[in-house]
Amino acid sequence: MSECRWELLPHGADIGVRGLGRTKAEAFEQAAVALTAVITEPASVAPNECVEISCAASDDELLLVNWLNALVYEMATRKMLFGRYEVRIEGSQLFGKAWGEPIDEKKHELGVEVKGATCTELKVAIDPDGGWTAQCVVDV
Amino acid sequence: MELSRLQQRSENEWWIAPHGKMRVPAVIFATEPLIRDMDEKVYEQVTNVATLPGIVKASYAMPDAHWGYGFPIGGVAAFDADKDGVISAGGVGFDISCGVRTLLTGLTLEKIQPVKDKLADLLYRNIPAGVGSRGKLSLNEKEMNSMLTGGAQWAVKQGYGTVADLQRVEENGCIPGAHPHEVSDRAKKRQREEMGTLGSGNHYLEVQHVTKIVDRDIAAAFGLSQGAIVLSIHCGSRGLGHQIGTEFLTRMAEAASQHGIDLPDRELACAPINSPVGEAYLGAMRGAINCALANRQIITHLVRQAFEEIFPQIGLPLLFDVSHNTCKVEEHAVAGKRMRLFVHRKGATRAFGPGHEAVPESLRAVGQPVLIGGTMGTASYVLAGTNQGMDLAFGSACHGAGRSMSRHQALRQWRGSEVVQNLASHGVLIRSRSMRGVAEEAPGAYKDVSAVVEAADHAGLAKTVARLEPVICIKG
Repeated sequence: MSECRWELLPHGADIGVRGLGRTKAEAFEQAAVALTAVITEPASVAPNECVEISCAASDDELLLVNWLNALVYEMATRKMLFGRYEVRIEGSQLFGKAWGEPIDEKKHELGVEVKGATCTELKVAIDPDGGWTAQCVVDV
Repeated sequence: MELSRLQQRSENEWWIAPHGKMRVPAVIFATEPLIRDMDEKVYEQVTNVATLPGIVKASYAMPDAHWGYGFPIGGVAAFDADKDGVISAGGVGFDISCGVRTLLTGLTLEKIQPVKDKLADLLYRNIPAGVGSRGKLSLNEKEMNSMLTGGAQWAVKQGYGTVADLQRVEENGCIPGAHPHEVSDRAKKRQREEMGTLGSGNHYLEVQHVTKIVDRDIAAAFGLSQGAIVLSIHCGSRGLGHQIGTEFLTRMAEAASQHGIDLPDRELACAPINSPVGEAYLGAMRGAINCALANRQIITHLVRQAFEEIFPQIGLPLLFDVSHNTCKVEEHAVAGKRMRLFVHRKGATRAFGPGHEAVPESLRAVGQPVLIGGTMGTASYVLAGTNQGMDLAFGSACHGAGRSMSRHQALRQWRGSEVVQNLASHGVLIRSRSMRGVAEEAPGAYKDVSAVVEAADHAGLAKTVARLEPVICIKG
């Protein structure tokens, strides 16, 4: 596992987000960057404000769904975009920080809004190279 | 999809016999080419739905079926509450009661041509659309609860539209049994500033002209004639519906295991209709249906304001308003007996035939209008429900073209500005805040809507009435 990164996965009607990291927490952070990439270019979002988010779930996969859904909710109600994330996972609890700024259509090239994260193609697992993958399809 | 696993019953009807844990057969309505193009996931999902407790007759897939969440998009399934039947959040979808509303303008293409740009600008300015857009009204707790129980009827009371509009909306604009207390504070907060907004993705507002009349008599009853201009709105229950879908997916996953329901796919999460979670979801989902109906009613008002700036005193009466992500209690004849069923339609439109009491009296002789949305470069269709369709799939039909290409692939293939220019050269004006969104929604990324409609028509699910082509399209 050389580096943390994210990617978008093709899906018929919607789109998949995948985060890769050296740890589970890093994979969750990268999956969140991929979530941003569905909406806009993550690098165009200035990390001006920090929002703290915590969530919990009975297993790692549902924890990823809950984490992404918490971000969808915070972006929707604050009319903000996040571009940088920090995640700490303790057992079934996730403590996250998201940095971003208010949506500015002049600055951010906007794609689609995300309705919610789903259990489709949902996977949180250790890869053969020792790195972590965290992925699922999001409904847009 | 591999054809060898299907048994062809007629040109447009394919069966999968019950096997494994399937309780009933699965039936796909489509032509052979449409089936070949369908994702293998449709086979998996339509057969998975057939394993759920209390399912009646069969698990159905419409001609536009594609890979969904648990249920295929284009899936129809009915459940009997008395036989441990279930209700599924995935069987309704995230965008609860997303649907299409079509307004008649009484104008012709010739009348519109000289003012097309101005009208496009007015509509674009007046109807909030796209990521992060805010509506023109903000609801407090009390108003939110009134909206959730009142739907489009509430919106009319607030001054958005007229009482006459309600007669042309399913359930007269308000589904009973909504329980605002089952809608979480988070769902309400997400909706607070989103009333009267279009959203993004495949949602749109289109000025269209009638380019072909297929059934003259029904078209006349619907108020459609060759060259006539109509306006269609495609959107749903916005953040409120999305949040309810999200929350109940998790709650139902837990409920299913508590009730010993064996789920072949986590996304099929469901709960017995007669259970606390099942009842809570019904109350919340009906609130979201009312939210979608209110939303389209408010947008109708904003559309009328825009039109009136150019055409004073224009009425813009409703042709109809259909929802395509719902679960509704309906009576259907099954093996000669009347049954009260919970009919899930995920990416499928209700299509009740002539004579059905749920069809407005003024349209009852010809059947319910079925509004099928296409792409901004091709066409939309108006169909009518049939009596044959009542027996085939609980009075249901397709809902749109369905994507043939992922958003990712579309972004690599097209630039939004090129799509806009290309459509302009074909006489279609696009207004959008998002060129990236336009590229993702390029007409070439969708299946051929005409083939889907033809299959629905030939299968007997609904009857083709008219073809509509876009003139102006507002995208989120």
